[in-house]
Amino acid sequence: MVKILEKMVLGPGIKSLVIDSPLIARKSRPGQFVVLRISERGERIPLTIADWNTERGTIKIVFQEVGKTTKHLGSMNVGDEIMDVVGPMGQPSEIKFYGTVAIVAGGVGVAEAYPIARALKSVGNKVIAIIGARSKDLLIMIDEIKRFVDELFVTTDDGSTGRGGLVTDQLRDILNEGMTINRVITIGPAIMMKAVAEVTRKFNVPTVASLNPIMIDATGMCGVCRVYVGGETKFTCIDGPEFDAHKVDFDLLILRLNMYKDKEQIADRVCS
Amino acid sequence: MNGATSSKTSPKSTIQRHQVRKRSPTERIRDFDEVSLGFELSQALAEAKRCLQCRDPPCVRKCPVEIDIPRFISQIKEGDFESAARTLREKNSIPAVTGRVCPQERLCEASCVLSNIGAPIAIGALERFAADTSKEYDLAIPEISLGRVAVIGSGPAGLTVASDLRRLGHEVTVYEALHELGGVLTYGIPPFRLPRDILTKEIKYIERLGVRFEKNVVIGRTLTIDELFDMGYDAVFIGSGAGSPKFLHIPGENLNAVYSANEFLTRCNLMRAYKFPEYDTPVHIGDRVGVIGGGNVAMDAARTALRLGSRHVTVIYRRTEKEMPARIEEIENAKSEGVNFMTLTSPIRIIGDERGYVRGLECVRMKLVEPDSSGRKRPVEIKDSNFTLNLDMVIVAIGQGPNPLIRQTTPELKTDEEGYIIVDERCRTSKRCVWAAGDAIPESETVIEAMGGGKRAAKDIHRYLTYDSARNSPWLDREFT
Repeated sequence: MVKILEKMVLGPGIKSLVIDSPLIARKSRPGQFVVLRISERGERIPLTIADWNTERGTIKIVFQEVGKTTKHLGSMNVGDEIMDVVGPMGQPSEIKFYGTVAIVAGGVGVAEAYPIARALKSVGNKVIAIIGARSKDLLIMIDEIKRFVDELFVTTDDGSTGRGGLVTDQLRDILNEGMTINRVITIGPAIMMKAVAEVTRKFNVPTVASLNPIMIDATGMCGVCRVYVGGETKFTCIDGPEFDAHKVDFDLLILRLNMYKDKEQIADRVCS
Repeated sequence: MNGATSSKTSPKSTIQRHQVRKRSPTERIRDFDEVSLGFELSQALAEAKRCLQCRDPPCVRKCPVEIDIPRFISQIKEGDFESAARTLREKNSIPAVTGRVCPQERLCEASCVLSNIGAPIAIGALERFAADTSKEYDLAIPEISLGRVAVIGSGPAGLTVASDLRRLGHEVTVYEALHELGGVLTYGIPPFRLPRDILTKEIKYIERLGVRFEKNVVIGRTLTIDELFDMGYDAVFIGSGAGSPKFLHIPGENLNAVYSANEFLTRCNLMRAYKFPEYDTPVHIGDRVGVIGGGNVAMDAARTALRLGSRHVTVIYRRTEKEMPARIEEIENAKSEGVNFMTLTSPIRIIGDERGYVRGLECVRMKLVEPDSSGRKRPVEIKDSNFTLNLDMVIVAIGQGPNPLIRQTTPELKTDEEGYIIVDERCRTSKRCVWAAGDAIPESETVIEAMGGGKRAAKDIHRYLTYDSARNSPWLDREFT
């Protein structure tokens, strides 16, 4: 059982929890994730570790309430306990000096990008962030991420703040303007990462995407998280979650993410 | 019941083996409750009487965990079921499990002297009977005084090492990556072969011995083996299992509704997807399901699909039924439940529809030619024999490779070209004070073989932790190549 120590509402349906996980906190690196199961009848879902505190022995997770499990998680409060949390899973992000790195993140991907931005900054990179959301109220963690980036661009689909449009519009513009970007890291919805990869491919900018397929055990045992990368089947849980975005078959990822859409609706109805 | 009350052993009662009761196929495919009902009291007593009580029993020699089989059978015959269970547990902490899933027909029962004049003793069924019937277990738990041992994985190998070492007076902690204990017994073997409450009862017994269990700890991620030593453990046993599903590497394998047997069974067994939406984890229920492979896992997957409500389930295997690695009993169970078998058939392409779901499976007919290095006849394609099966779900059950997590984080651990951990006869690995057995090492196939390896490891760990002479000798007799 893992106790919830802090809870924050970051936006409509977007919440963060700080939970008591000393073993995981001690080992967490940027880009890694945990798998949690809320209760006896719950499913196992992966969530990126948005931050950690080794001294306090805590980790932070940020999530959007989109299905039964995330809604249930969002309804939990400080003092409540999550039945199972396991991690840190996945390979950490490759943190080294690249020169200028652009982080292109959407939705709750911003929270997941935060420790990566911080680590990249700490080794001397110039870090640019392009953060997008559907509208102003869904933008999260802007102040936190600001502290670790040299330049911040914000886009909203509806233009309620920042530039109206998509993160890819902003990315394309700065690349067109001739800004040198040595590496792009993209985290967010699969459709957004696919679009980012298409833009950077044209400009030959090495790009990594942090993939978010369905997982169960996340130890390499079941193979549900398999993705097709450069003509090879890879397991996201142990080989990823980050892969060369120019080699990822995003259409397949999107297809597999939708595998249980009908069942998810049933689960949701039973819950509410 | 013949022979149940009579004290004299007639030739007929010696020859005739008592059959365990099974639920009828039409009834049992509607739920996930156990298929076999085991022996009734009178059957068990009569079957126990058939045992010739050989002085030099071949059955014991064939048992990987060396159970004193004639003794426990004679205790059943005397009606002393508690003693029979105690005899079993002296060597085997999970007899209710092995009584159900052990391939007795090619181990103890295969060597039974009675086979020469009739049918062998139903040792497995008797083992199950004694284990299920006994109520309280005598627990003589020694004071903890010897070494501290970390066991990685709570499957058959890990449970065996843990209980053996605990009984010898060591402090033992088992680390399990998943949220439930039991390893393959939990995520792999369906409840209709091994009910969950039976497994829980067996693990509770090991807990009462004083073994500590830590769930949700992934060795190789949460902690490394070196960190376990830093925490003060004197010895580490790796029983992490196989745990990496093999795929066919044919086109269409990543389509929706193509499952590894591991995923399909994990969803159903560990996550209880058969109770969806009462439980949150869903599973796809195909109408026409193809299961590729001929082992026990393929049978488990096929029979699970039937129980979920799939109407047509076909096992597709490239050799003939004779070469299938599955237990004959499980093949028979699958057949009587309505699973179809298509042998000498090999899949070459999975066909998808416009939504990315399985629509069909292109196969080719095979024929068998002279045996290969494995001794089994080698299947070769028959030219231009391609045909397409109309399927909407495919389960790939062609085996597993070793899990890479421990290997990746323990560089001193030598592995073979496939990634299995290399060990010597004592189950020692190339890393000092680290032992391994079960599916993490090459050529361990069944639950009982994993347990046999665990027993060898436990014996050597005990010797190493107890005697200076063992600690002062070289770690390995020979270098691993």
